[in-house]
Order: sequence, then C-alpha cells, then structure tokens
Amino acid sequence: MENLAQLVPLVIIAPLIGMLINLFLGKYLGERGVGMVAIGAALIAFVVAVLLLVQQTATGYAPVVVEIPFFSRWIDVPAAALYIGWQFRVDTLSVTMMLVVAGVGSLIHFYATGYMHGDSMYPRFFVYLNMFLVFMMLLVTGNNFLVLFIGWEGVGFCSYILISFWWDRAQKDKQFGTVGWKNSLAGRKAFIVNRVGDFGLLIALFLTFWTFGTLDFYKPGEVPIQSVHEQTRVIEVVRTDETAPAPASPALDEPHPAAMGVFNQAEQMMAEGATVSFGSITMPIQTVLTLIALFMLLGVTGKSAQIPLFVWLPDAMAGPTPVSALIHAATMVTAGVYLIVRSQVFYHYAPFASGVVTLVGAVTALVGGFIALGQWDIKKVLAYSTVSQLGFMVAAAGIGAYTAAMFHLAAHALFKALLFLGSGVVIHAVEHGYHHVQHLKEGEHHAEHGGDAPEDEEEPFDPQDMRNMGGLKASMRRTYWFYLIGALALAGIFPLAGFWSKDEILAEGLMRGFVEGDLVGYIAFGLLFISALLTAFYMGRQVILVFHGQPRTEAARYAGERAYGMRVMVNVLAVLAVGTVVFGFINVASGFWVVDRIIRPHVFADWLQHTVVYAHPANALMGVAILAVAGAVIMILAARSIYLHRPVVEGDKDPLQVNPQTEGLFALANARMFWDEIYDKYIVVPFTRAGHWLADRLDSAFLHDFVHDVLLVKTFNGVARLLGRPVDLGIIDGAVNGLGRLAQAIAGPLGRLQTGYVRVYALSVFIGALLVIVLLLLPLLQVMGGN
Amino acid sequence: MEPIPVFVPTELYLALAVVLFVMGALGVVIRRSAILIFMSIELMLNAGNLAIVAFARHWGQVGGQVLVFFVMTVAAAEVAVGLALIVTIFRSRRSINVDELHQMEG
Repeated sequence: MENLAQLVPLVIIAPLIGMLINLFLGKYLGERGVGMVAIGAALIAFVVAVLLLVQQTATGYAPVVVEIPFFSRWIDVPAAALYIGWQFRVDTLSVTMMLVVAGVGSLIHFYATGYMHGDSMYPRFFVYLNMFLVFMMLLVTGNNFLVLFIGWEGVGFCSYILISFWWDRAQKDKQFGTVGWKNSLAGRKAFIVNRVGDFGLLIALFLTFWTFGTLDFYKPGEVPIQSVHEQTRVIEVVRTDETAPAPASPALDEPHPAAMGVFNQAEQMMAEGATVSFGSITMPIQTVLTLIALFMLLGVTGKSAQIPLFVWLPDAMAGPTPVSALIHAATMVTAGVYLIVRSQVFYHYAPFASGVVTLVGAVTALVGGFIALGQWDIKKVLAYSTVSQLGFMVAAAGIGAYTAAMFHLAAHALFKALLFLGSGVVIHAVEHGYHHVQHLKEGEHHAEHGGDAPEDEEEPFDPQDMRNMGGLKASMRRTYWFYLIGALALAGIFPLAGFWSKDEILAEGLMRGFVEGDLVGYIAFGLLFISALLTAFYMGRQVILVFHGQPRTEAARYAGERAYGMRVMVNVLAVLAVGTVVFGFINVASGFWVVDRIIRPHVFADWLQHTVVYAHPANALMGVAILAVAGAVIMILAARSIYLHRPVVEGDKDPLQVNPQTEGLFALANARMFWDEIYDKYIVVPFTRAGHWLADRLDSAFLHDFVHDVLLVKTFNGVARLLGRPVDLGIIDGAVNGLGRLAQAIAGPLGRLQTGYVRVYALSVFIGALLVIVLLLLPLLQVMGGN
Repeated sequence: MEPIPVFVPTELYLALAVVLFVMGALGVVIRRSAILIFMSIELMLNAGNLAIVAFARHWGQVGGQVLVFFVMTVAAAEVAVGLALIVTIFRSRRSINVDELHQMEG
C-alpha cells in the first residue's frame, strides 16, 4: 500500500507518452488510433489517481513525498542556498485534484473523439489535450511552488494554443466584414491577461523564497503542525505519520529552518513573532504573509478569472467546446482555488488578505452572474457562469471554508463540464440542422430556377446564438434531460451536487459573519446569495430558450442527436449527469435534516482535513438551505414565465429589454458591464498610445533620429573623417609611402651594381676577399713594425 | 744504400697552391664557358686543399688531412649539383655561355 504512492509520476508520464505518440505518429494512426492513445493516456492517469486514493485511505492519510530518480536535486545552487528537487506530493488535496482532472479529463477525451470528428487537425488536438493533462498534473502534484509554477505556466500555454486552435477563423463583423482572427485574438488575450496574474504569482514566490529559504510545501516525512493559537477551530488534530519525527512544540527544539517546508516555517515564525528583513526594511512575519497572499491573489485572479482579470475567460469560449469544458470550466481555471487552498497557512495568518480574497470572489460571483443574464451566446452564458462560480470558490477560500471551496470546485467540475459538453452537443446539432436546411434549400432552388440561380452570399448563421434555437427538447430528449440535471445542479436545487456545495459556501459565509462577527462574512453571504439567485435565473432562461417552446429557426427544427459521433458525446453527458446527481452526497453537512442520518456527513471534509489542516466540516443551516432552494425555484419559475411564451428570434429584443424597468439592466448585462470597453479605454488604448509615443517619439524621433543619427553617427563620422584624412592618409600613409620611396630611391642606383654577369660577381668576391685579407694582415704589419 | 730523404719545404707547396689558386681565380673571371668556370672552381678548391695538407704536414697534425677529406666530399656533391644545373641551363637556353645569363641584373 505504501508503495502505491510511488506510482504518482505515472499521472504525468502517461499523458506525456500519449502526447508524444500522437505528436510523432498521429498522422499515421487515423482518428480511431489517435483517440485511443489519448484516451488511454488519460485513463491510465485516472486509474493511478484512484489507486492513490486507495493508498491514502489505506495508510491513514499519511502524505507521501515521492522523488523521481535523477531529479531529486533538480536545481542545486549552493551559492544561493537554492535546493529544489522535483518531488511529487501525494496527499488528500493533491489526490482530490488528480481525481477531478483525470476523471473529468478522461470523459472529455471521450467526448472530444466525437466532437472533433472530421477535423483536419484531429491528432494535433489530442496532442494538446494530453499536453494539458501533463501540465495540470504537474501543477497539482508538485511538492514545491516551483513545480506548481511550471504546471501553472504550462496549462496557461495549453490554454492559449487550444483557444487559438482554429486559429484561422475570421472575426466577422456585419459592417466591416472580416476584422481579424477571432480565435487567435482570444488566445492572445487570454495569454496576455494571464501574464499580469503570473507576475503577481512570481513575486509571491520570490517573497516566499526570501522569507523561508525554500519553496517546498513540506519536506519529506514532515507533517503539518497545527499552530498553538488555533486549537479552538480545530475539531481534531491529525497526526498522520507516527513514525515521522513529529515536530513538537515549536519553541522547544528548534530545527534548522531549511529542514522544514514553507508552511510549517510560517507557523513557527508566527508563533515566535519573527521578523523578516529585506535589506533596509524589516517587516513582521504577518505583514510578509499578507504581501505574499495578496500577490498570490493577483495570480489567482488571472488564472481563475476573477475581477479584475476575468475578461479573458468569456473570449476563451472561441476554442473548441471540449477545451471550454476541460480547461476553462473544470480544471485549469480552478488552479487558483487550489493554490489558495494549498497555501491555506499563509491565508490563515493573513486575515486582511483573506478578506480581500473574499470580497474579490464575492464581487466576481455577482458580476459574472449578472452579465450572464444578458448573453445570447449559449457558451458565453456558461462562461460568465463559470466566472461567477469561480467567484464562489474563491470567496469560500477567503472566508476560510477550504472544504467548501474544494467541494464546490469538484462539484462544479462535474456539472459545468456537463453543461459545456451539453452545449457542445446542442451547437453541433444546430449546425447539422443548418447544413441540412441549406441542403434542402439548394435542392428547391435548383428545382425552381433550373440550376443557374446566382449564388447568394451565405448569410452568417450563428449556431451558438440561443435565439436560433428553441424547442430542442423534442428532438434531443436525452441531451435535454442531462442538460437539465446540470442546470439544476448549477442553480442549486436539492439534492444535486451544486446544492450541497453552494449551500455549504453560503452557510459558511453566514456563520463567519454570525459567529465571528466578521463583516466580510455578511457581505460575502449577501453577494453570494444574490449571485445564487441570478444563477438560477440565467440557467432557467437558458434551458427555456434552448430546449423549450417552439423551434425558432429551420436549423433548430432539423437539429438532432443522431449524427455520427453524437452518440459518444451524449454518453459522456450521461456519465457526468450521474456524477452530478451522486457527488454531492460525499459531503453532506452535519445536521442536515434527515440526510445526515442516512449518509455519513462530511466525508469529504474529513478526507481533506488530513492535508488542509485549517479546513473544517460544515454544519448545515437549514434556514439558509431552504431559503436558497426556494429562491432558486422562484427565479427559475420567473424565468419560465418571462421566456417561455415570448419567442425571441435573432434581432429581437429580450423580454427584459422590452420592459422599461429592466431595460437598462439588461443592456448593461448584455454589454458585459462594459468591462472590455473600460479596459480598452483606460488600459489598452493608453497603453497603445504610450507604445506609439515610445516608438514614434522616443525611439524613432529622439533615440534614432537624434541620439543615434545626430549625436552618435555624426560625431563618429566627424572623428572618422579626421582620423582618415589628415591622420591616416597624411601621417601614417605618408610615413609608409615615404619609406617605400626612400627604398626605391636608394635601390635605383644600387640596382645597377647587379649586372647579372657571373664573372663580375666572382671578381667582386675576390676583391672582397682580398680586402678582408689585407685588413686582417694590416695589424700584423703594425705589430711587426712596432717591434 | 740508404734512401736519401727528400725534404720538400712547405713554402714550395704553398707556392704551388697559390699558383693553382690564381689560375683557378683567373679562369673563373676570364672564361665564358660554364663548364670551364666550374673546372676553375675545382682548381681553386684543390689549391686550398693542397695548402691545408701542406700546413698539416708542417705542424705535424692530422686535423688538416681529415678536413681535406670533407672538402673533397663536398666538392663531389657540388659537382653533381653544378653539372645538373648546367645541363638544365643548356637544355633551356641551348648555350652555356655565362655572359648570356644575365637576367638577374638590377
């Protein structure tokens, strides 16, 4: 059982191998082969995740750190005391995330084999999907912030390439025609907006490393220590691993700081009231933790689409629907929530930052829910709903309800994947219906005009516009029921998964305000409650517009769920629908009417608590539950009464728009509260202007024309000319030429000595020899003469 | 009857050497045929050899005799190289008149 944990690298290696196979052999495998490889990879990851679940349960939830060979000292810089190993962490939190990612991921792989059928880039799509799984698994299994960050960036990149998957789709504008590349622009926007968030995360990581000298969550064998101050809220202190050297009271025997992970160090430093020195500035540890938490929050707002960085997510819906479901609803966007829950110790000791997190989440939930009211695009509604639900999770994490946050994360992954995939089926069906109608029309045309009718311009038909749908219930019965289950779960209707998770968040918010007298709790509860009502309304509106009433276009009339590839898609919906129905019961709030006596309450909370020490099981507030469900039902009925008998076709106004009292509100929601426009006006345009100014004035005019051309080039040319003409040509060349001329002048007369006649040379040698002899003899003569 | 020791004085050897050397030198300077110039050079070399051997006998030392062997070896090598040169020059110019070979003039 212990050894099962060693399997954890497989959750990364399996998708990696699948990705490589499809990358290099994809074009030879055919659709079926590619699909099987990709699904197989995802399924292996899922099976491993299940085995890890078994392992955790069997070994008393002891966290295990798995090191992989060759990478145990992955980054090793002794000069900076920077030691980072590539370690995997198997604990209840990471296993939860693995199960969500691999479970929903596998289902979506199945679905995608149907959805992408016939696409020319079929293998590439699965390469990207598997690559996403690789990075997402890195993100959730890493035992330190750096591995997490690599996964974080990797999933961001996968998100980018998958949003832009159909990169050549043009952006159509009724007035101007083609105005850019819709999908590429959306992908770019997602990437750039996320960079802003990643900057925050990076700063948080730098601060973390500076403060703690390591990035590991926990060292191998280390267990989370509960702070001495926190005994009141903790139900049960979990000592998971008896054999591990349990750090006793932090003050007694002080281990070396780097021997502990960041979280236990944070606990200990908080207990000691330590300070952290940043050069000339010294801050108490709590301030540092608050800073880390706030910078981390910036990262979260980027990845998890919170205010102010949520604008990329709705545009990301341009990508293929499986991508929207997997990356932009179920898994990647929840990475931010995972990050907060993983760093719960930081947030726990940074109440101010937690308050900010709560407010950001709650306001995002409200804004997302409000904008969703006014959207016509079936996927845009779900996108804003995702923004809103992520707001719920973030707010829950902010008020310290980590269980509720993770619970909602998992439940949302199920039902939002269900809704997105359902919307994909609907879009597919309407598209097929449209093509069918076109086909019929052409036939008629040919019959009437004898086949030489002028080709009329293809009218832009939007298969995602809910006004083009209606009445799909009759032709798509199975899809309708599954979609309805998802929608009701999202609306929070008992006893579906969404009810349990959302209700827990609401109850936690109210409890936070009520028990601890915390204003933030009340605010969160209020905002989230309104958001929940809005959720019910826009989901009611969507279901009624799409499935009820009469078909409003020919395309909708001919839509059906029997086309090739549809069957596997609808089957996936069935699995997710079952999950949506069942899942909520794993975390029944204690004290909930009869249910908590039939089913063991808060199983999920107990499970999670082994890792997330500040998580706590929730008590049910029956009043809140009844209020929320009643409110949701009323909102659904209101939506029904507004939309059911007022068929709106494309170009028409929404019934809310016709009513003068709600006209303004609807317009505001329809225009997405002008977020994009505001960003355009106050950030993008000034930024572009600044860019132009920098380019034209500073770079081109000043730096290039003046500094470079005038100052540098002119001066240089002047100096060069000076050096060239008088110095080089005059002095140096003169000297060299002068020497040459001198040699020539001397050589001229001397050369005449060289007659070329051998005898002359011989003679001169003799004469020379004679002279030498004479010179040698002269002194002798003198000596002799002297004597 | 005892053989009469014939003692030739060293001066005579030297005189012969000088005569030979001057003949050689004059030959080099005066003659036009490369072969003859070459022979004159050999003459000068042998004049030198004669002088060295004479001095060696005069001082009763063997070093001079040994040196002469070396000179003769070098002379033989020089003949080989020199004759080859002359043959080549003759082949290219059909003449070995050194007065016609004055391309090296300045």
